[in-house]
Amino acid sequence: MSTRLTTGGTLIDRSKPVTFTFNGESLKGYQGDTLASALLANDRMMMGRSFKYHRPRGVVSSGTEEPNALFGIGQDGRFEPNQRATMQELWTGLEAATQNHWPSLEFDIGEVNAHLSRFLPAGFYYKTFMWPRSFWKNVFEPVIRQSAGLGRAPKSADDDRYEHLYHFTDVLVIGGGLAGLVAAQEAAQGGARVLVLEQEAHWGGRATDSDAQAQVDALLATLKGMENVTLRSRCMGAGVYDHGYVLGYERLTDHLAQKSGPRHRLWRIRAAQVICATGAIERPLSFAGNDVPGVMLASALRDYLTRYGVSVGDRTVVVTNNDDAYLTALALVRAGLSVPAIVDARDGGAGVLGAQAEAAGIRVLKGHAIAKVKGRKRVSGVAICRQAGEGAVVEEIACEAVAMSGGWSPVVHLWSHCGGKLTWDDAQAMFRPDPARPPLGAAGEGFVTCAGAAFGVLDAASGAGQAAEAGRAAAQAIGKPGSGAGSGAALPEGLADGSGANPIEPVWLMPGSASRKLRAKAFLDYQNDVKVTDIQLAAQEGFESVEHAKRYTTLGMATDQGKLSNINGLAILSGALDTPIPQVGTTTFRPPYTPISMGSIAGEARGDTFQPLRRSPIHAWHEANGADFEPVGHWRRPYTYLRAGETRDTAVTREINQTRGSLGLLDASTLGKIIVNGPDAGRFMDMMYTNMMSTLKPGKCRYGLMCSENGFLMDDGVVAKWDEDTYLCHTTTGGADRIHAHMEEWLQTEWWDWNVWVVNATEAHAQIAVVGPNARKVLEKLGAQNIGNEDFPFMTFQDHRLAGIDARIYRISFSGELSYEVAVPAGQGMALWTALMEAGAEFNVMPYGTEALHVMRAEKGFIMIGDETDGTVIPQDLGLHWAISKKKDDFIGKRAQQRSDMARDDRWKLVGLETLDRSVLPEGSYAVADGVNANGQRNVQGRVTSTYNSPTLKRGIAMGLVLHGPDRMGEIIRFNTVEGATVSAKIVDPVFYDKEGTRNV
Amino acid sequence: MLILTCPYCGVTAEETEFHGGGEAHLKREGPGSDDAALEGYLFHRENPRGVHFERWRHVYGCGKWFHAARDTQTLEVFGTYPAQTTTPPEDLLATIRDKRPGFTWRGIS
Amino acid sequence: MSDPVALQMTAPAPVTALENARHDGPVTVAETGPWGMLTLRGDLSAAPVRSSLADATGLAMPEVRGVTVAGDRRVAWFSPDEALILVPRADLAGVRAALDGALAGQHALVADMSDARASFRISGEPAHLAEVLARLVPVDMGTFAVGELRRTRLAQVACAHWMPEEGAVELVCFRSVARYVFDLLVEAAESPRAFPA
Repeated sequence: MSTRLTTGGTLIDRSKPVTFTFNGESLKGYQGDTLASALLANDRMMMGRSFKYHRPRGVVSSGTEEPNALFGIGQDGRFEPNQRATMQELWTGLEAATQNHWPSLEFDIGEVNAHLSRFLPAGFYYKTFMWPRSFWKNVFEPVIRQSAGLGRAPKSADDDRYEHLYHFTDVLVIGGGLAGLVAAQEAAQGGARVLVLEQEAHWGGRATDSDAQAQVDALLATLKGMENVTLRSRCMGAGVYDHGYVLGYERLTDHLAQKSGPRHRLWRIRAAQVICATGAIERPLSFAGNDVPGVMLASALRDYLTRYGVSVGDRTVVVTNNDDAYLTALALVRAGLSVPAIVDARDGGAGVLGAQAEAAGIRVLKGHAIAKVKGRKRVSGVAICRQAGEGAVVEEIACEAVAMSGGWSPVVHLWSHCGGKLTWDDAQAMFRPDPARPPLGAAGEGFVTCAGAAFGVLDAASGAGQAAEAGRAAAQAIGKPGSGAGSGAALPEGLADGSGANPIEPVWLMPGSASRKLRAKAFLDYQNDVKVTDIQLAAQEGFESVEHAKRYTTLGMATDQGKLSNINGLAILSGALDTPIPQVGTTTFRPPYTPISMGSIAGEARGDTFQPLRRSPIHAWHEANGADFEPVGHWRRPYTYLRAGETRDTAVTREINQTRGSLGLLDASTLGKIIVNGPDAGRFMDMMYTNMMSTLKPGKCRYGLMCSENGFLMDDGVVAKWDEDTYLCHTTTGGADRIHAHMEEWLQTEWWDWNVWVVNATEAHAQIAVVGPNARKVLEKLGAQNIGNEDFPFMTFQDHRLAGIDARIYRISFSGELSYEVAVPAGQGMALWTALMEAGAEFNVMPYGTEALHVMRAEKGFIMIGDETDGTVIPQDLGLHWAISKKKDDFIGKRAQQRSDMARDDRWKLVGLETLDRSVLPEGSYAVADGVNANGQRNVQGRVTSTYNSPTLKRGIAMGLVLHGPDRMGEIIRFNTVEGATVSAKIVDPVFYDKEGTRNV
Repeated sequence: MLILTCPYCGVTAEETEFHGGGEAHLKREGPGSDDAALEGYLFHRENPRGVHFERWRHVYGCGKWFHAARDTQTLEVFGTYPAQTTTPPEDLLATIRDKRPGFTWRGIS
Repeated sequence: MSDPVALQMTAPAPVTALENARHDGPVTVAETGPWGMLTLRGDLSAAPVRSSLADATGLAMPEVRGVTVAGDRRVAWFSPDEALILVPRADLAGVRAALDGALAGQHALVADMSDARASFRISGEPAHLAEVLARLVPVDMGTFAVGELRRTRLAQVACAHWMPEEGAVELVCFRSVARYVFDLLVEAAESPRAFPA
């Protein structure tokens, strides 16, 4: 069984016991434990079940690469699935639950899949669920959904908050192991700003389990004393992106029992130079039963022993193809534990460490291999065979743990994210960064280098030397090389230099010619249950590209993204294809390095600050008076104002009736207001609008249309000529920023010699539409004088003082009623609104919302941008020829409107529509025509663009674009409904109400 | 995420401060132009693998449009320059020729 | 029909978007104003425009991406042809008239944008202020100096900020998003220090 030893453990504090729960059971660990080490200390070898076959699985690694030991951590608003036990630090009260089993971890129904594994080969889903089609919906999908997905999605809203942090640095070092710290020290010497990120809670990486703790401590002390150096632990370099952009993922509270402040901080780093000192990951060996709980990476088993004082078993068999695993054997023996054998696939065995092992009395079986692991939920022993051959068993050895090492793969992920290329190192059997082909920055120069094991330099002494060079080079690249190249800071002394080691021999399958039976139990990807035979089958079936084989077998597609499996998998593929490994190549390394929380990505963009919500100066009044808001861009505008007992429909009807009958108020502050000024303003306005604007007289208003250069209608609004050189352009609410940008674009990039200034004054003014037969009276009550129809005619503006406030009043109407739009400084908008409400009380004034606005404009046949237009409609389609100047040589869109397609006489044109049964036509409904088109679809001859119930006319009214519409007045056509029926409607004039214009006087 | 230098305010900022505006140096074809010229103006765009001339706007900053010469493959930025010109500046072209001998883009080389 | 009472009404004082909301803490966040704010469009490098500004406001035209601060007046460089002039509201009419007069005959525009924007001042220990902004704006606050101005993105909205002096940062954004910006500033100010002293 696995247990805590009475001594040892560099990272744990035995004076601080920690209580946590595992599937509801209370267990004890120590401060400094990870969840994985604490579970092992409590003999919880089995930590989960695999995704496909539901095989019992234990922890296999001690770091970020862990594929098996995934847990749901926490409860309710702090529950998160798929957390790696190896990265989860222990705290009092932590609740961990296993995943992917039912009903229990120990007894799991899904394990039946394992017995069916012969019938669940690679590509099983693709092969099986293709046919019959009806089975997909009724049989396959429900079954797959039941068993799909690791963990379960959280059900509660996240209790935590998250934040972003923009950070700028000269040199970013990713990885706080020996190489990273050496590189940082070198880079910082000349005053470069240096940031060092370490994903773990402790510094020093693997160096600390050799004898380099003192060197690491010294480096840390130096770096902490430098003002230009920032050190960050529990902060992972998640991704390297274009031009030196790097994401750092800092976990602030995941290790704390008492949590406060943001949970994660996403560092948005811009670095001139990036040094990846990300270390290397040990590879598993592919032998039968290499997934039984108790089979671990040799380095992981060593970590649990030295860092946490945990023995995985009294007897550990070490199996390897390189010298490094001998360190594990020696450490175990030093701790008083038994190593029955080191099984070394190499005929020559190890170098110096081999001699040490034999001196320590460890039996070394050279040229041997593990034929299979015995045991199901935990290791009970291993069967030994020769590495050469099919796996005839020569001996069985009883043991509780197996420490395996298939060599080391540099962590090249961050190097590769942004285009760094790799080269295959045959001698070390690894892909390593090719320094000649680095990721390129804004100036076309490489901005990433690698240091230490990440560069493929595995021994500490050489790694430190190479890292120092990388640090110097980075400092030089940014012009801060310090006291001169080569002078450098003092390198740590006394580091292991790897001399006397025997080289690795690649072993991609154990034994070398393993039988099918053994290969079918040799796992490559633990989480997705991809075995050696699956990759071989994929190759046999023609999935020869590594990217295809990956997707066909799901190799490397799990949450660990193949950190343990990719190299072994592509080596097997290489063997199956008889193609050298470098030609097979790797799959693409994509960020993030390990999964990061959704919350950290969202940062501050959640809750009330999810989006910038734009509020008008009168927003607070709306909020306090029943406004039922709707989003218009980022604005919130009242759709209607609900009173007790009202529905949206009844409220809208009330607002319309009261406005047409007496007095209504609309907050029109959100409409765009753009000032265009200068000696060339008239000329510019004539280009912007289809109308002739330059002839407008000061004091007058004109309704104008704006088209894109493609000729399509993009915005409309009333233009007021403030003075000879100045225009005020009203735009739609959604169009304000867009039209302002459009104007600036033409001025800056086409007519930069024209003397015109444009200012977006949208938010400077509150604008209130005072509408209805009593509009004039209420303004007079507030102090306006001489505003009768003769003194203040339609489509003019005047300045008045209303309720003591300086106001510019535009006599314009979007409802057909007598209407004044009053603009005042935004800071006095609320005061004016309140004054209007008070003064209007005797007329039973009512505020109205956007829906009443829409209905009233439709009753008058006014078009609405976004309803009658959709980016393919030209003004001519809408019968707006009168607003298109024929006198002007040019305006934006004029040339495009001369295209033959724009002049076609069968373009759909605007008409009004009245249903025969007075009902409201469905929105977006199409007018059906006889016959079918080439695709067998029903022919159509028009569509509805706006449709409302008109309280004024007490019937449904609509506008639509219809083939030859204006020539077909009185004709009855049919529109489809969602239900498949049709509704008959008569083509009529789009002006439904007050055609004579008697009300706006 | 790119970094670009705005030639108007001199600031070097990340891409989120800017907004891309498509190909640079298009010649407007107004009334009187023939259909082929109009078609080219409205619809035909270069999509090179390599040297490209683009429009960008410093939308969150000074609001100015400018041009950038960029390699679409390596993302190297050769330089940025104000939008009030119909052709790239000669010194920038010299830089590009130096770095990408033999490049051509529309009529420029 | 005119109501004599209404005629005699005096103008209600203008209110800021958040009615001078304030949050106190190690970093204080306060909505300031109402300012008088004038947008000046013109060639800021042209000598007549520069001298007109100096004559009308007493402040020098700032350099590119700079701000001129003198007492309760500021001139902020917004673009090669746009500056934002901030003066106490009481001075607005006078400054406006002076500017209009000085600029007469030049191709320049002065627009009263006093109510278009919200303004904030955050104050506290300089390093802490830099941190608060580093949570929201993609700007290297470690090298940001007094007198420098940056128009950029604050989370999802346009915003300009500058330091009138050590220990204070002033920001302006559009009025409609004042609540958004205030809430973000407060949250960032309340967050534990990312770089504890």
